[in-house]
Formats: sequence, C-alpha cells, structure tokens
Amino acid sequence: MTELTETRVLLEFPVEGGNFPAAGEAASKVKKTLQKLGIDSNLTRRVSIATYEAEMNIVIHADYGKITLQVDPDGIWIRAEDRGKGIPDISQAMIEGFSTAPERVREMGFGAGMGLPNIKKCADLLEISSKLNIGTTVAMGFYYPTAKRESGQSKPN
Amino acid sequence: MTLRELVQLIEAEVVTGEGRLDEKVTGVYVSDLLSDVMGHAREGEVWLTIQTHTNVVAVALLLNLAAVIFTADAKPDPLTVEKAQNEGTVLLTTNLSTFETAGRLYCKLNENPA
Repeated sequence: MTELTETRVLLEFPVEGGNFPAAGEAASKVKKTLQKLGIDSNLTRRVSIATYEAEMNIVIHADYGKITLQVDPDGIWIRAEDRGKGIPDISQAMIEGFSTAPERVREMGFGAGMGLPNIKKCADLLEISSKLNIGTTVAMGFYYPTAKRESGQSKPN
Repeated sequence: MTLRELVQLIEAEVVTGEGRLDEKVTGVYVSDLLSDVMGHAREGEVWLTIQTHTNVVAVALLLNLAAVIFTADAKPDPLTVEKAQNEGTVLLTTNLSTFETAGRLYCKLNENPA
C-alpha cells in the first residue's frame, strides 16, 4: 500500500445489476463524501453526474459491479468495474443517442444513449476498457480547479 | 420566485418537503429522459416530469434541484415518496399539463429578469 500513502480517501461501493430502486446510491454516497471533504461544489457536481451515469450503466447492462472512489492530492478518481456482457464497440457506445438498453428500461427514461457522452463532458480523463462477456471498466479522473490551468471547454455547472 | 409562490402559481400539491417551500427557484427543466436531465438541469431549478419511479429522487438529489414537479396528474410511486421523505427532496404534483405548467413558470420567471 506504499503507493497509497498520500491517499486521503479510498472507498468502494457495490452496485447490483437490475436493481433500479437502489440505483444512484453509490453516486449519492460519493457526493456526500466529497461534500464532507469540502471539495469544490462544481467539481463535486461533475464527479456526481459522471458517477451516476457509470452506476446506471452497471445497473442497466451488467450483472454486478463496484464503484471505487479515490481522493488524493492529484485529483479525484472514479473507477466503475463490472461483470457482464461488455461493450462490443466502444467508439459506437460513445456516440450520443446510441443505446442498447431494452425497451422496458427506456420507458423509465434511461437508455437514451447519453450516459457515456455525459461522462465524457464531466471527466477530465476517461478510459474505457471492455471484454465481451466478461465486463467493462470505466476509469475517470477529475482535477482540482486550481490544478487545471488549461480548460479547452467549459464543464457544466 | 420561492417554491411557495410556485405551488400557488401552478396549483400544485405538496407531497414532500413542506419545510423547504421558502427556497428560491432559479429555473425550470422539462424532460423525461434522466440522462438528459443529468446533463442539462442546473442547481436550484425545478424539474417537470411524468417519470414517477425512485430514480427521479436520486437525480434531484445529485443535482441539488429545488423540486420535482409531476405534471399531468402523474403521481409519484409510494417508494419514491418514501425516498424523498428520507432525503428531504421536495415533490410536487399538479393536474396541469406539462405545457401549461412550463408556460406559467416561463411567464413568471421572465417577468422580472434578474
């Protein structure tokens, strides 16, 4: 654990595939944790939105997964890992409006094909890896406002 | 405009969050797609929707929305009400259509531009 000596917070939240009533709880806990730490409110909001979308993707598409929050001096890191069917074509999944969500889920207002695009807008760093019928990992990074000198585009607030 | 004024204006019923009615409403977002709301609604806004399941509360909480307004006689699920009570989220219902609700709010919010 030597590499984590500077880590201030490292938390893990389980996410259950198909459990819609509980969906959003991991994102909510992440948000509350960041608020307690006194993280900038706009940054907290971006992390919360991205975490929520990653969590919903696990609930909608995967069997189960977990979300890890790491807060360290360099930034805030969210990792959403799942076991499930995986993403056959990640670049296609990144296109706004593209969705493979079932009709039943779409009727609830999910699966509009905006989840990954929303994550991309909110996160400073994004890395997605996926193996078919094994699972997907979405890793996101967020820099603190002062550490971010160049911002090419404004993030939603 | 405060939530209390809004309740009068759109003939709403307060389902949960009675204690927060003096809070200010900064704007309105209308959508039934949750990711659309996540991507575009802003803190302090009210959200007009006919989605009634529990995830509505999760979205409202994460975005710090002023209230969720169920329009066109839509009623929140019992589990949604329970979650909103636990989290302190304001839920309102109105018999008015989404168009009528949004229209009244638009007129009111543009009366006195900030």
